[in-house]
Amino acid sequence: MMELSTIGKPVPNFYAQSHATGQTQYVDDVSFPGMLWAKAFRSPVPRGRIKRIDYQKALNVPGVVSVLTSKDVPNNLTVDLFMIGVGPPDEPVLAEEYVNYIGEPICLVVAKDQYAAQKGAERIEADIEELEPLLDPEEALRPGAPIIKSWGHNAFIYGSGTDGATPPGGQGRPYFQVKRGDVERAFQSADHVIKGEYVMHPQEHAPIETHVCVAKPEPDGRLTIYSSSQAPYFVRSNVANVLKMQESKIRVISLNVGGGFGGKVDPDIEQLTALAALKTNRPVKWRWTREEEFTVSTVRAGTKVYLEDAVSRDGLILGRKGRLIHDAGAYSKTSPYGVIKATVNLSGPYRIPSAYYQGYCVYTNKQPSSAMRGYGAYESTFAVELHMERIAKSIGIDSWEFRFKNAYRRGDVSVTGKVMEDAYLIEVMKEAARLANLRLPEHLLLMSSER
Amino acid sequence: MSSSKVNIIRFVLNDEPVEVLVPPTEILLNTLRERVNVKSIRYGCGEGSCGACTVLVDGKPRLSCLTLTISVDGRDVTTVEGLSKDGELHPIQKAFIEHNAAQCGYCTPGFILLLKALLDRNPNPSRDEVIDSLSSNLCRCTGYKNILEAAMSVVRRR
Ligand code: FES
Ligand code: FES
Repeated sequence: MMELSTIGKPVPNFYAQSHATGQTQYVDDVSFPGMLWAKAFRSPVPRGRIKRIDYQKALNVPGVVSVLTSKDVPNNLTVDLFMIGVGPPDEPVLAEEYVNYIGEPICLVVAKDQYAAQKGAERIEADIEELEPLLDPEEALRPGAPIIKSWGHNAFIYGSGTDGATPPGGQGRPYFQVKRGDVERAFQSADHVIKGEYVMHPQEHAPIETHVCVAKPEPDGRLTIYSSSQAPYFVRSNVANVLKMQESKIRVISLNVGGGFGGKVDPDIEQLTALAALKTNRPVKWRWTREEEFTVSTVRAGTKVYLEDAVSRDGLILGRKGRLIHDAGAYSKTSPYGVIKATVNLSGPYRIPSAYYQGYCVYTNKQPSSAMRGYGAYESTFAVELHMERIAKSIGIDSWEFRFKNAYRRGDVSVTGKVMEDAYLIEVMKEAARLANLRLPEHLLLMSSER
Repeated sequence: MSSSKVNIIRFVLNDEPVEVLVPPTEILLNTLRERVNVKSIRYGCGEGSCGACTVLVDGKPRLSCLTLTISVDGRDVTTVEGLSKDGELHPIQKAFIEHNAAQCGYCTPGFILLLKALLDRNPNPSRDEVIDSLSSNLCRCTGYKNILEAAMSVVRRR
């Protein structure tokens, strides 16, 4: 093999020296004279109607400067992906009449230090009428389930131009749909039909640095945001949107991220810290506690996948039906997009000539899910690879052999119509087997991705 | 913490005397970060589970988020800033750089201090002893392999 000069060689971390000497700067290290601290008062219930909020006692705590509510947010209703056309906005920056998950922010206390902010938040009294929560996404799809979305369905509506992927004016459906070939015919001609159900639990990113933000109003009316976000431009657009400010008046400085893994993409902390800075005209800092990191920051969506394959006697997949249920939690965040990714990935890296997939982005009264390391593709892959094992076992064929047989070759067409110009799965599997000291049979070693 | 009663606390930080005025309930993490401006110790949980806030008190690892500042009165406190002398990095720091043992770096000072405490006490620990002494701290980026390799390279060099 050709000797590569860079690939496969370790490259020193640019920051190694500053990490080892403790000099790397994170947002928590940013401080300004007169800087205030923020702390949220959060919903204690998974679903409820707010009857009364009394924050007078919080204002009486020495050091508390201000308590912000939804009325203080110029554009309170938002959806993180609004700039790629996803809608309608379904998430309040601060809760209005309803709360939809434990930990949803209702008020933001701003005080001279973290202790006063904490004490202020503890003094807020809320009279919230508890409503029956939706906790299981499949329950949420059943007729008669309580509806928690303004559009009258507990699933996101795809296909009518509000999902960032389809043209406007189409037929809306409560699922994202992928269709290819004549899947019913494949099932009629199949020698084997194999079904499976796969469940993946939600996952927390748990970065060691919790979410943290400092926002500072500048004398010329601009706003500087020091953010631990992985997505500074995304933060800028979203902050501009909820504050009704011009993007050019907002400068986002992204310092070193103390671990993100996708969990520091959604702009929740920046939106509220920026609001607090504007309202008080002082620099404001907000750092989430570890408990908040676990209970209110986003998670990878819990996902359930149903797969059903039509397979021929000699081990070729003829068709696949898939149904994916993604638990978005209370609000959209980036889930509508994640579900599209998950749904188109239900073929995995395999040649599936006919398919019908439905992906549901379902809302429940839980902390919202969003991005995390390859989200969408990851959940599908988990289900697809377990399913491949199950099929191989039930038709009595070795699972390597089964994967080699069905792997994409150059020129194959994916479920979305993409011609595979650079298929390499067979080569990758051969190399993986070699590294694992596994001897593959000769006829598999002779195969290649070339047609 | 807003409290009328404050105490004068004196300790030695990285060989320099320090004097601070703190309320009795203030934790060392906040004193060091906010009053003394030492930023290498970090908030990760505030409840003793991650080790990002590790300092050495009289040479022993302590979680500064669970340590009251008044309890270090008269003690010797070390943070990673105190490890390099005259611009020369400590061998543990060099090993972390050589072995790419830090990714985001947030946890790194804590691990380096743990290792220093161990090696000062026992210059020739076994691999298991190293693992045992590092197990109080969490890293979410590196997967620990490189941290352990860096640690063992220092042990071998001794
Ligand atoms: S911040 Fe002290 S152990 Fe996590
Ligand atoms: S390097 Fe990121 S937490 Fe350890």
